[in-house]
Amino acid sequence: MTKSSLSFVRRDMLAPQSAPVTERGAVKWLRENLFSSIGNSVLTILGLLVLFWIVQASLPWLLNGVWQANSLGECRTIIAATAGEGASGACWAMIAQRWNQFMFGFYPKTDYWRPILSFALMFVALTPVLYYGLRRAAMLMVGTVGVLAVLSLALVQTDGWHDALVAAVMLGLFAVAAIMPKKLVWVTLVFPAVGFFLLWGGSVWGPVGTLFGFGIWVAIWLVLQSRLGVVVPAAIGLVAASLWWLVLQTSVTTALHGIAPLGLTAIDSDQFGGFLLAFVIGVTAISASLPIGILLALGRQSDMLLIKTLSVGFIEFVRGVPLITMLFTASLLLQYFLPPRTNFDLILRVIILVSLFASAYIAEVIRGGLAALPRGQYEAADALGLDYWQAQRLIIMPQALKISIPGIVSSFIGLFKDTTLVALVGLADPLQGITKIVRADIAWKGIYWEPFIFVGAIFFLFCFGMSRYSMYLERKLKTDHR
Amino acid sequence: MALAADTPKDSFRLSMLIYDTRFRAITIQVIVLILVLLGIGWLVNNTIENLAAKDKDINFSFLFSRAGYDIDQQLIPYTNDSTHGRALVIGLLNTLVVAFFACIFATLIGVFAGVLRLSKNWLVGRLMTVYVEVFRNVPLLLWILLAFVIFSETMPEPKDFKTTQAMVDAGTTPAAQMILFDSVAITNRGTNIPAPLLERPLGGTEAFGVPINFSVLATLLVIAGSIWVNYLVRRRAKAVQEDTGIRPVTWWKSLLILIAPTLALLIAMGFHLEVPAFPMGENGVSKGFNFVGGINVAHSFTALLIALSLYHGTYIAEAVRSGILAISRGQTEAAYALGLRPGRTMSLIILPQALRVIIPPLISQFLNITKNTTLGVAISYLDLKGTLGGITLNQTGRELECMLLMMLIYLILSLLISSGMNVYNTAVKLKER
Amino acid sequence: MKKSVFLGTLAATTMLAGFAAAGTLEDVKARGELICGANVALTGFGAPDAEGNYVGFDVDLCKAVAAAVLGDASKVKYVPTTGETRFTALASGEVDVLIRNSTWTYSRDTDLKFDFVAVNYYDGQGFMVKKDLGVSSAKELDGATVCIQTGTTTELNLADFFKANNISYTPVTVGDDSEAQRQYEAGACDAFTTDASGLASNRTAMADPANHIILPEIISKEPLGPVVRHGDNNWGDIVRWTYYALVAAEEKGITKANIDQIAASTTDPEVKRILGLEGDMGAMMGLDAEWAKRAIAASGNYGEIFEANIGAATPIGLARGLNAQWTQGGLQYAPPFR
Repeated sequence: MTKSSLSFVRRDMLAPQSAPVTERGAVKWLRENLFSSIGNSVLTILGLLVLFWIVQASLPWLLNGVWQANSLGECRTIIAATAGEGASGACWAMIAQRWNQFMFGFYPKTDYWRPILSFALMFVALTPVLYYGLRRAAMLMVGTVGVLAVLSLALVQTDGWHDALVAAVMLGLFAVAAIMPKKLVWVTLVFPAVGFFLLWGGSVWGPVGTLFGFGIWVAIWLVLQSRLGVVVPAAIGLVAASLWWLVLQTSVTTALHGIAPLGLTAIDSDQFGGFLLAFVIGVTAISASLPIGILLALGRQSDMLLIKTLSVGFIEFVRGVPLITMLFTASLLLQYFLPPRTNFDLILRVIILVSLFASAYIAEVIRGGLAALPRGQYEAADALGLDYWQAQRLIIMPQALKISIPGIVSSFIGLFKDTTLVALVGLADPLQGITKIVRADIAWKGIYWEPFIFVGAIFFLFCFGMSRYSMYLERKLKTDHR
Repeated sequence: MALAADTPKDSFRLSMLIYDTRFRAITIQVIVLILVLLGIGWLVNNTIENLAAKDKDINFSFLFSRAGYDIDQQLIPYTNDSTHGRALVIGLLNTLVVAFFACIFATLIGVFAGVLRLSKNWLVGRLMTVYVEVFRNVPLLLWILLAFVIFSETMPEPKDFKTTQAMVDAGTTPAAQMILFDSVAITNRGTNIPAPLLERPLGGTEAFGVPINFSVLATLLVIAGSIWVNYLVRRRAKAVQEDTGIRPVTWWKSLLILIAPTLALLIAMGFHLEVPAFPMGENGVSKGFNFVGGINVAHSFTALLIALSLYHGTYIAEAVRSGILAISRGQTEAAYALGLRPGRTMSLIILPQALRVIIPPLISQFLNITKNTTLGVAISYLDLKGTLGGITLNQTGRELECMLLMMLIYLILSLLISSGMNVYNTAVKLKER
Repeated sequence: MKKSVFLGTLAATTMLAGFAAAGTLEDVKARGELICGANVALTGFGAPDAEGNYVGFDVDLCKAVAAAVLGDASKVKYVPTTGETRFTALASGEVDVLIRNSTWTYSRDTDLKFDFVAVNYYDGQGFMVKKDLGVSSAKELDGATVCIQTGTTTELNLADFFKANNISYTPVTVGDDSEAQRQYEAGACDAFTTDASGLASNRTAMADPANHIILPEIISKEPLGPVVRHGDNNWGDIVRWTYYALVAAEEKGITKANIDQIAASTTDPEVKRILGLEGDMGAMMGLDAEWAKRAIAASGNYGEIFEANIGAATPIGLARGLNAQWTQGGLQYAPPFR
């Protein structure tokens, strides 16, 4: 064997060739993702057919849409003129004319700034809950909400000075967020009263009086708590506050209103409608159901037989009956259970029943959170010598609530969607109630698809947004190591 | 022991009711009990006072009086001469039948969509994601209304199926045709399907207002018997396989056992299908307003069924997806290492394990479906809410009785379903030792 | 968190309820507002317009009552009621008066403990079919599919009619008027049955009214009228006589436009009594002298209200028919104001 018999050895590298055409670019992607096997190819073709069918069925209708018309008949004439006889098309003109009813129901037009401001304040109130003490996040949130609120006010064209008022309020809150973000928690605490006052109007002293009652409750609890523990002072405080609410408040607030008649135009509940109604019911019910739900969840875990039985009974009863029966209870039966001649309006009755309904579901969500906590957390709290309420407040609840947040958000989404059912008891929800009223107008009699699509799209935007946000939160809050 | 005995016995002081943990629980419970009793008493007292003020009483005798209204979907015989109680049963059956089918279809759709959403096929995965997100983020009520409107607006009218004199003269056929070998007609009023009829039925009787059909009973018994015998055959085959390693061929035996007896019974009873059709007049011209014969499935039923299945299918799809994702990747890899194909891996390895994760949310979806059948009221599906809680309530004006009865029935239904499913859940649960 | 809102409002309402007096009239006066149970979506009779203001034939009667009792026709709160919730709303005191196309029947009057104080619209249940169906009588509807609105007397009448004629039908129960019209137009039912006034208003709203006919059979009597709770007779009288004042005004030729003129110049003693120029008719019901004058001035007399909302000049286009004055061969007949 000599060197010369060695075969050829390449000394310089070949320039790299590009991958074969089937292994690169779009072709590769198509092969791997759409046509990797016969079954997959069939699926792809089926999928394409479905897509084609949907587009083919709906696109001409959507494209022929008419935005400017005064009645369905006019719409049809315009479509026939532009797209040819027999062509079908959407009549969005109805939305263009009636969108404010879908949004606000019959809320007076000049007062649209009130729901918008309270909606904006709701987000400000949420800020400390989500980002307690985080300056940048709070500034971002309050700033965005403020800008959106002012923009939407410009859109609904209310008069100038209310726009300025809203802008000033939001600017002030932005300053608070920038300087001392922790103080925003006060907004959260007073928001229920402020929101109520903004939406329903009336004398300013009513909500103030109600807040004062809570002040009494907290004050009594703080004074007595060091000596009597948690439950007893809370009960005494509740009794004192109830005394104030039920016996004294009305006369005091009436007197105050006589001295200083401050307030906004009162607006009846039956003027609420559309998405405003959906939000009012959804948000109030979910926030009222949180404390009740926490108590029910704790009750269900309690060692005390009676408390446990009552909690389980309540939860299972409420979860066992459909929401519709609760709504009809609100509209037909609640009158039977209250003292004769007590009368308060349907929306309030619905909110109460929906809150009770939601609290059973929230209780189950929180129970899940409690169950997910390792036993060691309870034992560690006991070992530190914390009593029941201290352990709950400092150790258990912060963790359990954190785990429960996605569940709470999805309960809220479910509840928000279910607010459409209030139409069945005659309230003006956006899906059926308002649509029915619009169709009762001779000009729009016989319009079906457009309101469904419009309302469905708005629901989708809100619910999809919330579910995505809850998924993001879930990822962010996941601090365990898996 | 000695130590415990030595602890000084405190004399009981009143403050111990609050401070002593041994007594505090009792104190709290007694207080709560008193408050609850007071609350209930207050409610009952108010109710009595209100009833007295309205000059009303609580009386369920309306259930035995004539209803006077008609119901279009009735699983057991009912006319407007029947009682309100009978209408209640009709409504309950309508609730159950739509809930039952919706549970089945939602599960099928859910498993299908959940598995496909994890498919490697990009397009199909995206389509399923779009389906799930769109359907679950829009209120169910909208889907129900939409499904109903689509049916009544896009399907042909019954008269489009009719042959008129002009058509006979011109030799043309009607605008709309029946499908599936001329046996099913989908009109904008409902779906007309063939009805199974017996020439020599075995008769029937009625017990507690519920009719019992001996023919149906006999058929069910025969089917159950065949399934049991088939089970015996398969068990034997398995025993042989364990002993000898060779599994005897059983498929033809199974087929025979499962089909032959039922078939024989049906032939003996003279089973045949009655196909819906328009009554024929002279010269092949059709008469009448509607299809005659067969079964007419109203669109309120179909729309409710479709909307419920599609809507709750998305929740089941999510449950299935997270169940599958919860199974560790090693299981799939191990299955592939054993040479199982992807389809077999899914059905033999992954799904059985994922089932344990899937079942609890599945139960709650079944409950939700049952409760959401009440939304059928929006498209006037006469379920329990439509009959007892709707027309009966309206005609008799007995809202308290009707609502309480309705809540009670739904509660019992929910408890039955959840306890039934829980039994199944414990059966398949991972046995931990 | 929002519990405060409930508690506050609850407290406030309980308080309000606390000093509520016994009679409906006193309640209404104390409240300064009449609460009227209204229809949400029946074109011409009661429905909110684009601004959310309720308009319609029934609504104008609410306004007249408010004008008579409170002196201001705008002091009415309309509570939307459905076929299912209307009677409960009235029985529970949620509304003061229900003016919502409710048929006066024996059992509603007795068993449900209500008082129908008058009949403001005489109606009857009829059928509408498409012309090309080739049907000219309701008795030819054997085997047909019929759309009915639930929660009314209609479904009972229908069952009775088909039973009496020994023919069969398939019922399609529908929740509300516009939905019934949609299904009928789409051909989901052969015939649409409801009160004849409703049929007429539906027919005019259709794209092709000429292709639909209303069958000659009127299968029931539907006297529609305002309803109050049983037992409060004074309040019932007020609603009843407010209504009759409107009817009498038409008979006497008193209109919204000429009422002041007539009040100044009339010599007819009954007109004087109605307008409060003579006697103390108002005081007998706990109202002032000019109650009827205000009621008539609110939306005009019965004829004016009819013509403005559902009359021949409106899209609904109903003829007076049975609802003409008795002098014109109709049934509207006001007892003497004496």
